[in-house]
Amino acid sequence: MSIDKNQVKKVAKLSRISLDDNKLQSLSKDLDSILSFVEELNKLDTKKTEPLTSIVNKTLEPRKDTINDGKIKDQILKNSPDKNEEFFIVPKVVE
Amino acid sequence: MPDLNQSSLSEIVKLIKTKKISSLEVTNHFIKNIKKGKKLNSFITTCFDESLKKAKYFDTKGNIDGLLPGVPLAVKDLFCTKGIKTTAGSKILENFIPTYESTVTNNLWKEGAILLGKLNCDEFAMGSSNETSYFGKTINPIAKDLVPGGSSGGSASALAANFTPATIGTDTGGSIRQPASFTGTVGLKPTYGLCSRWGIVAFASSLDQAGPMTKNVEDCALLLEAMSGYDQNDSTSINKKKESYSKNLSTNIKGLKIGIPKEYRVENMPKEIENLWGKGIDILKKSGAKIVDITLPHTKYALPTYYIVAPAEASSNLARYDGVKYGYRSKKGKNLIEMYENTRGEGFGDEVKRRILIGTYVLSSGYYDAYYLKAQKVRKLIKNDFDKCFRNIDAILTPSTPSSAFKVGEKTNDPISMYLNDIFTVPVNLAGIPAISIPAGHDNQGRPLGLQVISKALEEQKILNIAFSMEKDISFKQSFKRWWE
Repeated sequence: MSIDKNQVKKVAKLSRISLDDNKLQSLSKDLDSILSFVEELNKLDTKKTEPLTSIVNKTLEPRKDTINDGKIKDQILKNSPDKNEEFFIVPKVVE
Repeated sequence: MPDLNQSSLSEIVKLIKTKKISSLEVTNHFIKNIKKGKKLNSFITTCFDESLKKAKYFDTKGNIDGLLPGVPLAVKDLFCTKGIKTTAGSKILENFIPTYESTVTNNLWKEGAILLGKLNCDEFAMGSSNETSYFGKTINPIAKDLVPGGSSGGSASALAANFTPATIGTDTGGSIRQPASFTGTVGLKPTYGLCSRWGIVAFASSLDQAGPMTKNVEDCALLLEAMSGYDQNDSTSINKKKESYSKNLSTNIKGLKIGIPKEYRVENMPKEIENLWGKGIDILKKSGAKIVDITLPHTKYALPTYYIVAPAEASSNLARYDGVKYGYRSKKGKNLIEMYENTRGEGFGDEVKRRILIGTYVLSSGYYDAYYLKAQKVRKLIKNDFDKCFRNIDAILTPSTPSSAFKVGEKTNDPISMYLNDIFTVPVNLAGIPAISIPAGHDNQGRPLGLQVISKALEEQKILNIAFSMEKDISFKQSFKRWWE
């Protein structure tokens, strides 16, 4: 399997990453070589193999659903590139 | 006053505990070194005012009983530090100030350590040379044209150059062990789940582990002891009693069975590395260990598996960088979607983009089974290889890397040749088991080379002991001058 420029464009759209034509060209080349590198795996017969689902030998334990922090709104908002006193501000979503 | 450039972390701890030296004196020493070391570009952020304040406080009211009393330490800029900028080497987090502290760093401060600053790394820990950092490449103190390895390249460089008595890094596919090998230092990747991932900027969650990087094995045991431990904030954290690795350190490895995997004898392996491996085997034999030939038949599939699994996990982990709640936001874009696209297009570097795109591709409808599911099956086979071997042996000895430190710019244009650096380190991450890299010699250009010892899960004490025993016999010495001062 190889990947062409249009497919990369589609994947970039899915990934929400804007790419100009130059970048698209060079990344397509890289991606194609990486994908042919991982093709190696197709040489292996894995029909009878179960996929690995977890690397730790334990069931993930639930914890109590309690509030143990909070009241740090100002600190949290401080990291936002655009905000007012109460909210994060984003470009208009609904017309 | 003792020469702190010649002192190990353990020695500094002893000097402070016996009041032969104050925390302030030690802190001042390392700050002085850091200030003279700008050419290496190993730091992204320093916080000297805070460090000095804490050192002064420690000297008057500090608790001397911690494992790291009043010891100044710098850490990789992938660990969230409360109130101190944490960038992960990325433009997209250039101004991010965490509101909380990572568990692992918090464990260090609880034992008395003091933060000196945040160390450079490949962007989001994606790289093997520290050249993908938005804040510029880090240089290897061994020579001015060499990379320190990566992704914990800033950590390795700062440690080798004596800007910090020890440090911590993260290892997703070799990011602690490869830079340790390139700089003549010790690095350990613990069992998955031994150190909490909470508060570490995530790259590939099923592979990421934090670990110690130190000048010798004794320090490595001490720092691992300090940073590890159960944490309920990380659902994959292993709930077990904390171990005293440094107290239980021993050079007695008599009767241990050490496996030598034939698949690691790769094509085009430099003669020097092969010889070094042979030297390691001889040293182990002399210490009474038994050498056993073993086979890990799926080794050659480890890198291709890694380059599906890691980008897949990265693509979902990095979805959070959208320019809304924190981080960089592009000024371009008429609507929300365009704002996302431009933010991520401008905020991420090339290697991060490559991996997000690969990850999105292998997870996308129609390709998931062929790539991601296939890789998870092969990952199972790789893990089975190790499980099977460890029924009969105690540990495995391999080289840490297929080459010594390479030149700046040498591999930046070819992602695959960069990825091949991790050929000996990646299988361990895929299997979730621990491994340590120790400096074992130099090549004919005077560049350090490392050997790696691997064990089954949670046998860190065993590989530390093997490494401790080997270290005594190898007696590795750094051979560079402080050319940057």
